[in-house]
Amino acid sequence: MRVTQGAFSFLPELTDEEVRAQIEYVLSNGWSIAIEVTDDPHPRNTYWEMWGLPMFELQDAAAVMAELAECKKTYPQHYVRLNAYDASYGRQTTALSFIVNRPESEPGFRLDRTELSDRQVRYQIRAYSADAPVGQRYQG
Amino acid sequence: MAESSEGGPRQFSLRPPRSSGTENIPAADAGSTSIDSAESELAEDDVIDLSLERSDSKVVEVLARLDSELVGLLPVKSRIADIASLLLVDKMRRRFGLGSSRPNLHMSFTGSPGTGKTTVALRMAELLHHLGYLRKGHLVAVTRDDLVGQYIGHTAPKTREVLKRAMGGVLFIDEAYYLYRPENERDYGQETIEILLQVMENERDDLVVIVAGYRDRMETFFQSNPGMNSRIAHHIDFPDYSDAELERIAELILNEQGYYLDDDARIAFAEYLTLRRERPHFANARSVRNALERSRLRQASRLLNSEKTVLTKSDLMRIDELDIRASRVFGRVDEAGA
Ligand SMILES: Nc1ncnc2c1ncn2[C@@H]1O[C@H](COP(=O)(O)OP(=O)(O)OP(=O)(O)O)[C@@H](O)[C@H]1O
Ligand SMILES: [Mg+2]
Repeated sequence: MRVTQGAFSFLPELTDEEVRAQIEYVLSNGWSIAIEVTDDPHPRNTYWEMWGLPMFELQDAAAVMAELAECKKTYPQHYVRLNAYDASYGRQTTALSFIVNRPESEPGFRLDRTELSDRQVRYQIRAYSADAPVGQRYQG
Repeated sequence: MAESSEGGPRQFSLRPPRSSGTENIPAADAGSTSIDSAESELAEDDVIDLSLERSDSKVVEVLARLDSELVGLLPVKSRIADIASLLLVDKMRRRFGLGSSRPNLHMSFTGSPGTGKTTVALRMAELLHHLGYLRKGHLVAVTRDDLVGQYIGHTAPKTREVLKRAMGGVLFIDEAYYLYRPENERDYGQETIEILLQVMENERDDLVVIVAGYRDRMETFFQSNPGMNSRIAHHIDFPDYSDAELERIAELILNEQGYYLDDDARIAFAEYLTLRRERPHFANARSVRNALERSRLRQASRLLNSEKTVLTKSDLMRIDELDIRASRVFGRVDEAGA
């Protein structure tokens, strides 16, 4: 089951050229850019691991593309995303975020139903892949 | 950061105003040339319109501006023109599918203070952008402090960050010899040099490195860092300016600011230059700029303290003999500077 988080996630995978063009767009707006990694696909998992520090004041996408390539080489079977942060006063928030790498196979989520009193049902989703410890997921 | 607070909530827009305050100096005109214009390859018997190619690249324009805005510097200008020709020819060759490796354009600028090294580096970035060699054409000017860290493990990330900012443009390292401190073998500068060497070799597509500094010290720097020397294809030396050139530079600077020297002042200024050259800390064009800055100051107080009741436009523009001769260079010899 394909995880759909961030922008463009309902589209086919972006090519490197398309990713580069998005980065150029980000830089042309003066946003800073950061790369993040995780192997926990749960939608509530908002704090991903940082890959290096955020990059500020870049003029050209080459530096980001190089970091990205490095990151994907280290974590070929992880989710990798790019976050663009708009620091301008009044906004100060993530301006664009999209996934640029994902595991080859995504086994998806299991829905657990827990029966409570008075016929209430509590729902919980669990990623199948998250059963393995961090760093050992998506191995097969 | 300033906010436009004309009442009402701030509107979000897809393109919020760009924040200012980066130290990057943008190319004067970022646009036009793309590196791989997706043109199809030309056939064996096709021809290229040379004049069209020239005007497309704006190379003539940039070179002409270089020539008119910078006085003298003939050897520098001719070297830049050569580089421009090479890149233009390279571009045309590529259209016929004639591959040649990307030329190495790392440079070293040597010369006395104030001979225009930084100014020329800026122009170089712009030119290389117009010729399609650099994608962006901005200049990131740094010195040792921006590259070298304070403790173990600090230097590499710091250097890399600067390199990232410079990608697509020119990294200008002023007084590069400070990177190398032979008296301290554990100096972190060595680490910066190693990273630079690697990037200069492997990431030529992404940036051009220009190192600059005073002639003799650069000489020693290259001697102790042969790797650096061998990666730099163009060693460009900036000669000191003659008095006549400095006078023309003065005229240029004043003209830019809407001032002029009257005839007596011009004579006085020529004398000033002769005297100033003999004194310590003479910095060629920069000394000229500073001297003029001070005569503007004197002109202003002269005007305000004068008996005149009305001032003409020409009064406001004219710098006269006294404004120049009041300089300390003409008088007491005991003080440095002036
Ligand atoms: N040929 C020239 N024509 C006109 N102005 C010039 C020329 N050369 C230098 N200037 C002016 O002189 C000033 C100093 O020049 P610049 O900063 O480029 O010198 P520099 O060689 O980098 O000096 P330093 O080695 O001290 O850093 C600048 O304001 C520049 O505009
Ligand atoms: Mg300088």
